[in-house]
Order: sequence, then C-alpha cells, then structure tokens
Amino acid sequence: MSALQNMVGWIDDRFPMTKVWNEHLAQYYAPKNFNFWYFFGSLAMLVLVIQIVTGLWLAMMYKPDADFAFASVEYIMRDVNWGWLIRYMHSTGASAFFLVIYLHMFRGLMYGSYRKPRELLWIIGMIIYVAMMATAFMGYLLPWGQMSLWGAAVIVNLFQAIPIVGEDLAVWIRGDFVISDVTLNRFFALHFLLPFVLAALVFVHIVALHKVGSNNPDGIEIKKGPKGNKWSDTAPADGIPFHPYYSVKDIAGVIVFLMFFAGIVFFAPEGGGYFLEAPNFEPANPLKTPEHIAPVWYFTPFYAILRAVPSFAGTQVWGVIAMGAAIVVLFLLPWLDRSPVKSIRYKGGLYKGFLAMFVIVFVVLGWLGTQPATELYTLFAQIATTLYFAFFFLMPWFSKADKTKPVPERVTK
Amino acid sequence: MSEGVDLKKRRFLTLSTAVIGAVGAGAVAVPFVMSWQPSAKAKAAGAPVEADISKLEEGQLLRVKWRGKPVWVVNRTKQNLEDLPKLDDILADPASEVGQQPDYCKNPTRSIKQEFLIAIGICTHLGCSPTYRPDIAPADLGADWLGGFFCPCHGSKFDLAGRVYAGVPAPTNLVIPPHSYLSDKVVLIGVDGGAS
Repeated sequence: MSALQNMVGWIDDRFPMTKVWNEHLAQYYAPKNFNFWYFFGSLAMLVLVIQIVTGLWLAMMYKPDADFAFASVEYIMRDVNWGWLIRYMHSTGASAFFLVIYLHMFRGLMYGSYRKPRELLWIIGMIIYVAMMATAFMGYLLPWGQMSLWGAAVIVNLFQAIPIVGEDLAVWIRGDFVISDVTLNRFFALHFLLPFVLAALVFVHIVALHKVGSNNPDGIEIKKGPKGNKWSDTAPADGIPFHPYYSVKDIAGVIVFLMFFAGIVFFAPEGGGYFLEAPNFEPANPLKTPEHIAPVWYFTPFYAILRAVPSFAGTQVWGVIAMGAAIVVLFLLPWLDRSPVKSIRYKGGLYKGFLAMFVIVFVVLGWLGTQPATELYTLFAQIATTLYFAFFFLMPWFSKADKTKPVPERVTK
Repeated sequence: MSEGVDLKKRRFLTLSTAVIGAVGAGAVAVPFVMSWQPSAKAKAAGAPVEADISKLEEGQLLRVKWRGKPVWVVNRTKQNLEDLPKLDDILADPASEVGQQPDYCKNPTRSIKQEFLIAIGICTHLGCSPTYRPDIAPADLGADWLGGFFCPCHGSKFDLAGRVYAGVPAPTNLVIPPHSYLSDKVVLIGVDGGAS
C-alpha cells in the first residue's frame, strides 16, 4: 500500500471520509436525464460562498455606526484597494442569489420536485428562501443611504400593523422608536450571522435530498425502476454517479454563470437602478423621505401585493396578511398539487396554462412593485394579486381536472 | 431488567429535571430578549422637547425632532380654520373617532389652541414623511385642495388638522403627540398638560 492509501485508511478508521465521499458524490446515483434547469442548485451554493467571502472582507472595512456607515462604504469604494470590486461582487451577488433561487424554485414547480416524497425537501428550501430574504433585507440597511433607511422603515412598520402587539414588536425590532444607529448595529450583527445559518440549512437541504434522491425532468422515481448500471448492480439503472458526471457538468455551468456575473459586476453593477437604487447614493436623512420608495427587485412582487390590498376597518393589516400569505402558500404547494403525474412533460394544457399565467403574474407584480402606485397600477396589482392566489387555491382543482399523458417506465432523454 | 427500579420515581425525576431545565432556559433568554428593547439612551432621546412658537408666522410650519421623528407645528390661518369643516365629507374620520390623539385634542381642530396644529409628521400608512402643501387648489392636487399634507410615497392625503382623506392608503389620521403649553410662547412636546 502506498503512503497515501495508508493515510486515507488511518483517517477512515477515525472519520468516515471515504464513506461520506462515496455516499454523497462518487456513489450517489442521480438520474441521468438532468437538463439545463439542474444547474441552479449548485450555482446557488456558489453564490452563497461568494457572498460569505466578499461579505467577510467587507466586514473588515465597514463600520456599523450611523455616523460612519455611509462614509465607510464610500471609503471601500474609493480608497480600499480593489474595494469597489469586492463591494460590487457582494451587491451584485445578492441579486444573482435571488435570480438563481427563483429559477431553482421554478424548476421544482415545473417538474413537481416538491411532490411526495420530497415535501420536506421543499419546505427546507422554503425556509432557506425566507432566511435569504431576511438576510438581504438587513444587508440593505447597512450602506445607510436614503433607500436603506426608508425601505427599512416601511418594512419594519409592516409589523406595526399587527393588532395589539404590533407597536411593541416594531419597537423591539428597531430597539428604538425609529430606525436608528441601534437598528443598524444589530442588523449588521444579524446580517453577519444569517449566512452561516443559511449554510447550515443548505447542508440539511442536501441531506434531505440525498435521503429521497433527486427528482428529474420526467418526474419518475428512478429508485422504483430497474436496478443495475455500469457501476453497481444494486443502484438504479437510470442513475449515474454524481461525481464525475454532474460535478463536471456543474463546473461547466459555473463557468458560464461567472461570465455573466463578471459582465454585470464590471459593466452594470447598479443593474440599471434595480440592483442598487439611486436614492441610496444619498446618506440617510430621517426628516426627509425620497420621492419614490421601492424595494430591490427581488422583493417587488410581494411589495406589489402589499400595496394592492386597501386598508379598511381602520387598519392596513390586510395588505400585510396578503403579503405573508403569498409566501406561506408556497410552503403548502406539496399538498395543493393533486395531479397524478409530477412533471410538466406529462401534464395537460390546463396545468401548463395556469403555470404560464403564474409566471407572467409574478413578473408583472415584480414590475408593478417598482412603480409608483397610481390608480391604474393599483388596479393591475389587484388583478395580478387575485391571479397569484388563484394559481394556488385553484390548484387542487385544475391539477386534478387536467388531462395528463401516460408516464413512461424509464427516464427519457 | 426493571426489577427493583422505581419507574414512577424515575419518570418523576426525568420530568421535573426537564421542567426545571426549560424554566432555566426561559429565564436566561429574558436578558437576551429584553436587551433588544430601547436602551436608556434611546429612551432619553425620547424625552420631551420644547418648541418656541413665538416667531412662527401664520401659515408657517416648524419641524421639531422628537423621538427621532419629525413633529410639525403649524400656525394655521383663520381661513384654514374656516376651511376645515368644509372637508368633513371627503375625510375618512372627520370627528377623530380613532384614538390617534390625546383626549384633549379630540376636537374639530385636533389641537389645544385652535390655530396651532401639532402632529407627528409620519404617514400612518408605512411611515414616510408627507410634504406640507398649504397652497390652495394647486394643479397636481386638484381644485378642491384647501391645504394639507401629501405623502409622496403612496399618495395619501391629509388636511391641515392631520385628518386623512377617504380612499387613500393611509388608514388613520396623523398622530397628535401628547403636548402642553408651558407659556404662550413655548410648547412642550411629549408630555400631557394634565387636566388643563
């Protein structure tokens, strides 16, 4: 035995290194028919790593103090060597993270990846999504620009709409009667912590995935199919080892992704005002509200839903409830879909029509959320909100009434 | 196996240990949760502030910072005061039924002294600060506008008593902070004047 094998053996006697490697990579058999949509899981992990590394570096130069925060970001941008690049990687990374996650979730929606036995996998994913939103929201306060301050003011005020406890809850979150230095300081600490919580949740997500096995574009359980492939007699016939087949495929995806990512970081880091908003280049001023308040693009669909619901009975809690429900309803997806098939490939026109409508409605809501709420736009937002919820609440019906096609025994190309 | 073992006693001990442990964990969470409440410093910044109103001309607005929020002091003109009742029909809560003001300001002008409006300049919708628009019938707000406040964020409108228009996103009238007059010239914002 070589010295290397000796060492591996020494470690394996004390830590299951080879076992973990095999179980999760070299002998983890994933369906052989993964397509384009299967890039986004690994890309999401890549972006999380980018965010943690750039974020750690930014934290070395940033000052979480209302008097110094704005200036310290400018210091990073102008004086720190390569600081502009690290900061733009981080701010672009936030938008990239949500883009990748939205595509990852849409993949699940198309191929029924949330269906039994992957309900818990989907729910863990949803928890990751909510944790991401909290992280992004707190991070946006840190530059202490006008949009940071007023965006946070508007969002924390949402909690105030909750009856009875709302007022106290908002004060407790802020640690003050308005968004202040206290809020900034604690949001910084939480923004630093949450990515590690996210990393832990991603670990749990993958453990759950490897327990039930990956879904695929055909929505067929390869574990229930015939056994025996080139590498193992007991492994699913339609499975191939994750490493090297998908590790290499994912690296190709990473390269293409990084080309687009670098393009934005270098040539359009503000993303046309969608990634970094214009009022945020002005220091926070608690006595003056910017002309127009809009969250960053990845929150706008939910913001549009919030604004679409009018206040009545002397409270605006209804909008807040609708916005919360828009997210909660996603958790329930595994139980709303009653279709006999998982994948869009074998679903009928009814389901496809509803899914297409949902995608359009989500994009329209996202756009409306960036616009001032005129009477016409509010009406559009109300229609879109109704359709958004219709997709979920009518799903038990249309997924059952849908004319599905027969599902083949084995995965197709 | 369980011979000679008092299972009842074991269950009791397990349960009581768990309960005591939970109580301890709950107790130790208290300081962590409570540390998020406004500190003594933040509360001190919430102390009442005095505003000198002697130099405030008719129609002028003075901004005072109280608890980090803008508080407006507006010296309303006679015309403004006469205009207030004319708006009752298009307001959501003209009689100030919702408790957005101390009892001593639950009156048609929502103030202690008729001419002085003292209100927190934060929209009751989502916390933006509305703009002071004392001009009568400007082009953008329509011919019926008799002066008031317009919120640029989501388009809520308030009259010169801080009363909200019907059909706008803001659900309630602007908040009138507790305040009292120390003299004819000085108003103290943040403290009730007792019975007076």
